[in-house]
Amino acid sequence: MATEQASIRVRPGYKPDWLSIIGIALVVLFGIWLLINFIKTPADFYDLFLIGLTNGAIYGLVAIGYSLVYGILELINFAHGDVFMLGGMLVATMTTSWALDTKSGTVLWLFVVLMLLITMAFCATINTTIEIVAYRRLRNAPRLAPLITAIGMSFILQNIGLIWKGARPTSVPDILPHGTVFTIGGVPYTWNRFIVILFTVPVLLSLMWLVQKTRQGKAMRATAQDREAAAMMGISVNRTISFTFFIAGCMAGAAALLYALYFTNIRYTEGFRVGLIAFTAAVLGGIGNLPGAVLGGLVIGFVQAFNEGLGWHSPGSDWTQSIVFGILILILVFRPEGLLGERTPEGA
Amino acid sequence: MKLLDTVRARRPALKRETMPRAKKFAIVGLPALFVLAITGSASLGLIVAGLILAALYVPAWHVLPLGKWIVPLTVIVLAVLYPFYQPNLFDVLVFGNFPSIDTGVTMLIFIMMALGLNIVVGYAGLLDLGYVAFYAMGAYTAAWFASQHFSNVTFHLGGVGVGPEVPGIHVSIWLVLLIAGIITAFTGIVIGFPTLRLRGDYLAIVTLGFGEIMPQIANNGDNLAGFNVTNGPQGINPIDPPGFGDSLNSAVGLPTDFLTSPNSLRLFYWTALGLVLFTVFCSVRLRDSRLGRAWIAIREDETAAAAMGVPLMRTKTWAYAAGAFFGGIAGAYYASFKSGTFPADFYFNISVFILCMVILGGMGSIWGVIVGAAFLSYLNQEGLANIGAWMNKNGVSDAVFGKDIDVPLYTSGIFGVILVLTMLFRPEGLIPSSRRKAEFHEGVAEHAPLYDVEHE
Repeated sequence: MATEQASIRVRPGYKPDWLSIIGIALVVLFGIWLLINFIKTPADFYDLFLIGLTNGAIYGLVAIGYSLVYGILELINFAHGDVFMLGGMLVATMTTSWALDTKSGTVLWLFVVLMLLITMAFCATINTTIEIVAYRRLRNAPRLAPLITAIGMSFILQNIGLIWKGARPTSVPDILPHGTVFTIGGVPYTWNRFIVILFTVPVLLSLMWLVQKTRQGKAMRATAQDREAAAMMGISVNRTISFTFFIAGCMAGAAALLYALYFTNIRYTEGFRVGLIAFTAAVLGGIGNLPGAVLGGLVIGFVQAFNEGLGWHSPGSDWTQSIVFGILILILVFRPEGLLGERTPEGA
Repeated sequence: MKLLDTVRARRPALKRETMPRAKKFAIVGLPALFVLAITGSASLGLIVAGLILAALYVPAWHVLPLGKWIVPLTVIVLAVLYPFYQPNLFDVLVFGNFPSIDTGVTMLIFIMMALGLNIVVGYAGLLDLGYVAFYAMGAYTAAWFASQHFSNVTFHLGGVGVGPEVPGIHVSIWLVLLIAGIITAFTGIVIGFPTLRLRGDYLAIVTLGFGEIMPQIANNGDNLAGFNVTNGPQGINPIDPPGFGDSLNSAVGLPTDFLTSPNSLRLFYWTALGLVLFTVFCSVRLRDSRLGRAWIAIREDETAAAAMGVPLMRTKTWAYAAGAFFGGIAGAYYASFKSGTFPADFYFNISVFILCMVILGGMGSIWGVIVGAAFLSYLNQEGLANIGAWMNKNGVSDAVFGKDIDVPLYTSGIFGVILVLTMLFRPEGLIPSSRRKAEFHEGVAEHAPLYDVEHE
């Protein structure tokens, strides 16, 4: 009897601490705000949902690049956003010089796929080069050293973008069709939005397959888990890390193509801005976790779209950046491991 | 025995405090150059260089009474007298003329900010990518307490340059500097409280977030729940100049108002120099204090420091507050010097710019940070334009690029290259503190393992 009572007493009960209460309260308030807006203007809500989905897919693609690199090197690759920006500028150059706005049908699609491949290769090359030039030497240095180098690389790439295309936004010819795919709640889902999803899904699926099923993916996961042990098992650590940067660059390239074609303009500061948003997405989903990065990207995409579009008590586009960083700070304070991640010593 | 040798090889003992080569070179070279410049006589310059060399290599020099003060005092005297001999200085090759007094003030303010950031990054090892938030806070505090912004109240407390009937809050700038420092330090504590639990790059990214939010608040602050707090993109101007007012002027002859005074720039320069000296003094004293030793312990190994009883949160928060304090004063003084504050001055690149100064000079080293900040802010203000003009004039641009180039366009790229090269080839900075240098080279020692096991 006595032992039974004792065992009941020591069973750990759930103690809600004030931090998680505040966190849950914030999420609930956000949900109520969304609900009221949905009831007031359902058409706007559907439209913004589709915008958020499109933006979120692009953010997710960029966020994967951050997550991949962080997972393997524990390094925030600040230059990643700027690699994405340079890719977008390449797309702008290609669409203009090949006069793609005059083409249509199958020819256009072939060109878009060709551009996708070229941009991916271009971004992957830049990203791998950066790793070899700037990060490899510092692999055993204190953690701050490669981080500072990454910021330096980001500035260099931004300057390259500035000199390449100038300070003003470069417009990209609008080549995507605007016809309706289907309609929900009276709001048309147009082809130019649908294409973003159409490209994102296969890219993501092939990435998942690569990481989960192939030998190279196994090597990546092993290196991320324990670099020294991986080296002992005969994995070429340098090559695996280079490969990770290559894949991350490919993701940035795909995102750059979709971004440039969907938003139809690109500016040299855009890489940094999108990079920060995508990094927030990666942290939100749990950095190092690939499905998490996509989820985080979608959440940020929705938050941004709803904030900028909804009528009832929304702060508006002036505050988007602040809200995104506010989310970043709140996530790091309330749940540093992210939505799908595991707890790390950094956040403890 | 063998084991002991391996241990020794992997962990080189802290070297005895010796003067780094760059510092030696600067000490010998600069005064000689100055003499050469002022007198125009090469032989006199050589004599000065010889004297200083002799002084450096006489072993008894450091044990002389006040021996260790010789170098700092020389630098201070040269800096104080700079406005007097600056017009007579010669033109340096490539870089053109020496910085004007106007640039000098900006350089001094950036030195002060870099020293403040040095407390956070150099001493406590917390990477702060949003230092510009503190700078902005200081600048806006100055704007609130010494301008016509709040025109529905009229409050005067020693403000100069405005009549007693002018609306707005006009507090004397000397008081405003203090208020700005305190408010900014408080902001530092508020920002630090939720974020300092995080380590390393997570902390960096959160500070970056704050640094990005700050200019946006400044930009949208003309309608914060109906109040005009920051006057939006137009910024707040004019801001009152520093000055001592009429009564002190007639009593002890201190200048009434820096702006209308005949040698206005010199007054701004000397005040900035005084603020820098104050910052240096505080930096040195803080570094050698119990708190400073706790910062360095946290920087070197956070877990070990916590195990030895260093209260992590409180110590880190103090580092934030101290760094923010100097950033705030510098921001307030800069706002008063420029007589205005605008949201566009507070973007991320300024944070990185200040970080660049600390890293180039040498994290944790006061001499290093001063040299780094002076050099980079000079480059930003005058240097790059001068170099560009020289390159275009002498056909270097034509030879390399095939056309005249606009060097200031490459500013951010040049700073990026400086960051990358410094980290790759001299991570401890130009003039490192010996302790920091040992830390940076510990990880890449000859016998270090091929792949790092854990390096946090």
